[in-house]
Amino acid sequence: MPLHDLLIAPFTEFAFMRRALAGSIALAIAGPPLGVFLILRRMALTGDAMAHAILPGAALGYLTAGLSLGPMTIGGLAAGLVVAVGSGVVARTTILREDASLAAFYLISLALGVTIVSLRGSNIDLLHVLFGSVLALDDATLILLAAIASATLAALAALYRPLVLETVDASFLASVSKSGGPVQIIFLALVVLNLVGGFHALGTLLAVGMMMLPAASARLITQDMTAMIGIAAAQGILAGYAGLIVSFHAGLPSGPLIILMAGLLYLLALVFGPAGGLLRRFKRGRHLEG
Amino acid sequence: MDIAIRFSDLTLGYDRHPAVHHLDGEVESGALLAVCGPNGAGKSTLLKGIAGTLAPLAGSIALPRLKSHDIAYLPQAADIDKNFPINVFDVVAMGLWKRCGLFGGISRSETAKIRAAIAAVGLDGFEARAVATLSGGQLQRMLFARLLVQDAAVILLDEPFTAIDSKTVADLISVVSAWHEEHRTVLAVLHDLDLVREYFPQTLLLAREEIAKGKTDAVLTSENLLKARSMIEAFDRQAQACARAA
Repeated sequence: MPLHDLLIAPFTEFAFMRRALAGSIALAIAGPPLGVFLILRRMALTGDAMAHAILPGAALGYLTAGLSLGPMTIGGLAAGLVVAVGSGVVARTTILREDASLAAFYLISLALGVTIVSLRGSNIDLLHVLFGSVLALDDATLILLAAIASATLAALAALYRPLVLETVDASFLASVSKSGGPVQIIFLALVVLNLVGGFHALGTLLAVGMMMLPAASARLITQDMTAMIGIAAAQGILAGYAGLIVSFHAGLPSGPLIILMAGLLYLLALVFGPAGGLLRRFKRGRHLEG
Repeated sequence: MDIAIRFSDLTLGYDRHPAVHHLDGEVESGALLAVCGPNGAGKSTLLKGIAGTLAPLAGSIALPRLKSHDIAYLPQAADIDKNFPINVFDVVAMGLWKRCGLFGGISRSETAKIRAAIAAVGLDGFEARAVATLSGGQLQRMLFARLLVQDAAVILLDEPFTAIDSKTVADLISVVSAWHEEHRTVLAVLHDLDLVREYFPQTLLLAREEIAKGKTDAVLTSENLLKARSMIEAFDRQAQACARAA
């Protein structure tokens, strides 16, 4: 098969593939940079917890209004923001650390969601919420994804300094500015926003993968913060493209394959990553003079 | 004489238990004041109160003529995340926060100032080094460089010389002395009384309450030190509400 048929034709021939690619690129531009901060803040599992937290809100939106973009997005956002803000406030005002307060809030949210779902009985369409439908993105969803990506990048640019300061030396930021609390909450809100965007394309569970895998991989490739963000986003885009191509030719579901491709890139970085990969650890060469 | 900091019947503490109890007094502008006392005497708590990271249980801390952002505070064992990929220059540049904020650029003169601060603490050539590769002493030097860049009128140091080699202590003491010559107000929590006697003209001896304050030689007498040591360290779990009038 010619290379063109293999790598490009699926997108020129089928509009749904083009839409899927545009949607994954939007997700990959904003999600992985957030993931880089989550990893550096040792909050890698926060994304996962947040994904559980938004699921009930999205399900509630689905149960009240059916499979429509608006209610599910608003429901997911509301549930995620309540958990993000609630756990942030608890972490700053009580003895509980962020991980414990977040766990408490998302478990309550999850239990509440399961209870709500059981009121109306389960439904096959809920699979859409869980595993997304990157091949069925309509105009409204694409615009939502693009808007979320744009807003996230603008907000990250504005918050970059305090976010880095809060991560490196929180007590210093607290001594020069009161922005630490709001910055942390806005950051978590951005994570929620991107997970809500991600669940339309990839589903709640896989949306976390798009955020965290390219970020973890970029951490293994470079020590430079700016490069890390760029590499993470580039890997997200690459994974989106490769996942769509493989799923198209192999007839496999595209959402999981996009994440599998991101996982493959992560495994490569784990072995060959110049900033702490396995090879570098075991093949160091002779020690230097000074 | 100008007053930099005034304590009025100040009580600071945790969960209603006082760590600093009914403290009155003033710190003059330009003072170089050592804060001494046994463990649990409230020294760190007092600095947190002045820095504004701990609200008083009662009484007040007044900073006539100063705003809270005129204070630079170096906490005990600064909780810098050494795994974060950031270099020495960028950490020292954090000291410019008040002037640069979210978007402000770093001007050429400010870059020169950062480099000068790094050189002043003996870290010349370390600008691009990752924080993760620094030793304990180098880390403390870097934090002093950040204090230099902060250019604050009041500088609070919480046990700045703990677990640091004598060469580094000597270098950093000369930074502190330079601040004193520039008429900045410096409060330092210290355990090494020989160091205090040699370099700090004034001392506050604290054992939750003030034991003595004034010229270092007059404060660090064996009688006062014995009195400070007799402080009961543990909180009294059955303590009644304090009856002393506020």
